[in-house]
Amino acid sequence: MESAGSVHLHQARGALGIFLTALCAGSVAAILLLILGYVIREGGGALSFDFITQLPHPVGVTGGGVANGIVGSGIIVGIAAVIAVPIGALTAVYLTFFGRGSFAVTVRFLSDVLSGIPSIAIGLFAYTILVAPMHHFSAFSASFAFAVLMLPVIISTAESAINGVSREIYEGALALGLSRYSAIVRVVLPSARSGIITGIVLAIARVTGETAPLLFTAFGSQFWELNPNNPMAELSLQVFTYAISPYRSWHEQAWGGALILIVVVFVLNLGARIALRPMRSG
Amino acid sequence: MPPEAAPKLQHLEETRRPPEDPIVNADSGAASAELGLVAAAGDAAAVASGDLAEPAELGGRVKLPQAARGRIFELAVYGATGAFIAIVAGLFIELLTNSWPSISTFGLSFLWTSQWNPVTDQFGALPFIYGTIVSSAIAILLASISGVMAGAFLAEFSPIRLAEPLSFVIELLAAVPSVVYGLWGLFVLGPVMRDSVEPVLQRYFGFLPIFSGTIYGVGMLTAGVILAIMIVPTVTAISRDVMRAVPDSQREAIWALGATRWQGFKMVVLPIARPGIFAACILALGRALGETIATTMVIGNRPAIAASLFAPGYTISSVIANEFTEATTQVYLSALIELGLLLFVISVIVNGLARLLLWTIFRPMES
Repeated sequence: MESAGSVHLHQARGALGIFLTALCAGSVAAILLLILGYVIREGGGALSFDFITQLPHPVGVTGGGVANGIVGSGIIVGIAAVIAVPIGALTAVYLTFFGRGSFAVTVRFLSDVLSGIPSIAIGLFAYTILVAPMHHFSAFSASFAFAVLMLPVIISTAESAINGVSREIYEGALALGLSRYSAIVRVVLPSARSGIITGIVLAIARVTGETAPLLFTAFGSQFWELNPNNPMAELSLQVFTYAISPYRSWHEQAWGGALILIVVVFVLNLGARIALRPMRSG
Repeated sequence: MPPEAAPKLQHLEETRRPPEDPIVNADSGAASAELGLVAAAGDAAAVASGDLAEPAELGGRVKLPQAARGRIFELAVYGATGAFIAIVAGLFIELLTNSWPSISTFGLSFLWTSQWNPVTDQFGALPFIYGTIVSSAIAILLASISGVMAGAFLAEFSPIRLAEPLSFVIELLAAVPSVVYGLWGLFVLGPVMRDSVEPVLQRYFGFLPIFSGTIYGVGMLTAGVILAIMIVPTVTAISRDVMRAVPDSQREAIWALGATRWQGFKMVVLPIARPGIFAACILALGRALGETIATTMVIGNRPAIAASLFAPGYTISSVIANEFTEATTQVYLSALIELGLLLFVISVIVNGLARLLLWTIFRPMES
């Protein structure tokens, strides 16, 4: 139906098109390696035992570290998880077992939309309901903001994990005489456990790299601060502060902090993926 | 050959039935607490159609603690869902009430005046709105083209051995913290833009106003490029999934008519996947509009509207990040919160639209 020359032309154009798509995929992947390479090269030099065990030093004094930021990140994210995990997991149970009709659809839609709300707007929310009434910045307000950011991630992954448990298992449990409560808590949720944990880990990874809401919630601190009612240092906030400062020694510390952040976030993501793998195939 | 696309769309239409939640149908109510083995012996069909509630009375024996635990669990589930809804509603209400002083003072002129002067308490957000739109537009322009191409490679052309690790690397790119992007943008990309990319653009396209003027390195274009890198994994991952969801029978049909793989992609896969790709781009755009930290680090933070993309700009989120803790008067604070409300409203509209589109594509396929 077409002349031989036209067929060749089509094949050549096709090959070119496929090559271009491969080039795009390759370049996007290459960007990650490029960024990773820079962070490892620049950050590796700053990394030392002192860097992860010492408090920040004042400008001009060499050395110093981000130990308080690392501990602060752990505290802030930990409290956020304690708030977000029960609310998120139980909301997912609602969506899969209790919710029906347009109300459940609305809840699911709210969760999807919440996942797209800029973190800075959520930081403002934490400020207006926690920081402003208490008249001081606090790690707890940062945890609240992080919890709100974690909720949609936990809800959607837990929902699909629970939906992934076959319906026959739930019905079988009911048929064996378990109540709905027992069937959900003792049979379905344990089967969905790895998926739910994956969601929690991904949510933690999501907020570990988050900085914007901390600017007016945790605020940052130069000291050891373990009381969540007070302003607290946080690693990504330290990286931001150091990066936009005019001092060269602080820039080096920013790269060091960035390396720690990226390693933590990648390890969490890898862990989540490995945990998810057997569930997908099974 | 173009008419081949029509039956595929129709096929997609046919699969669009209202979603059914199978587990909800099996709802048996608290009454089925102690069925004993009676139900186990019962007909499997009765179980599937949800007729469990009736035989519950036959069971007779009711253990109270068990029922009480079930009741508490139920309350916890409803409580958590209520808390979730309260949080989302509270977010909107708090932003609205706290920006009220600014809304009532400036009205709609807040959106189209350019005076941002904390000393005289005059606040107009136009330079920030302009900066947000322009930087996000650059980002989505770059990210949509490369992301859809990359997604097409992963879904259509790449061998699986290559697609798996490539997908993984691209998804990790989405996990990089934005402060790391900002750091890299500030110290690596910014200088490259200043010394290589922007001078070249100016030499060949300098007659265009967008490529004229002084080159700083930090500015609208650099911010757009960083944002593009940040959102390209979203576009890639979703367009890959949407293209993979196109049934193989559709591809095979057009290959059988003599089409090459590329023609099959262009004539069949792309038209069917188009709404999903569009949704992917909107979703990515939403992410670019609200991104704060990376933008703040590379855009230059100057509240001016300049024709040149090399000039520094400012975005809605950056001005909140930079000025919020320094805001002294109530109107100033309220104006910044109104900017947050603006971001909230924009992202609800943008994400709502994208999710609705994705739902119409993916939900029917699941059921």
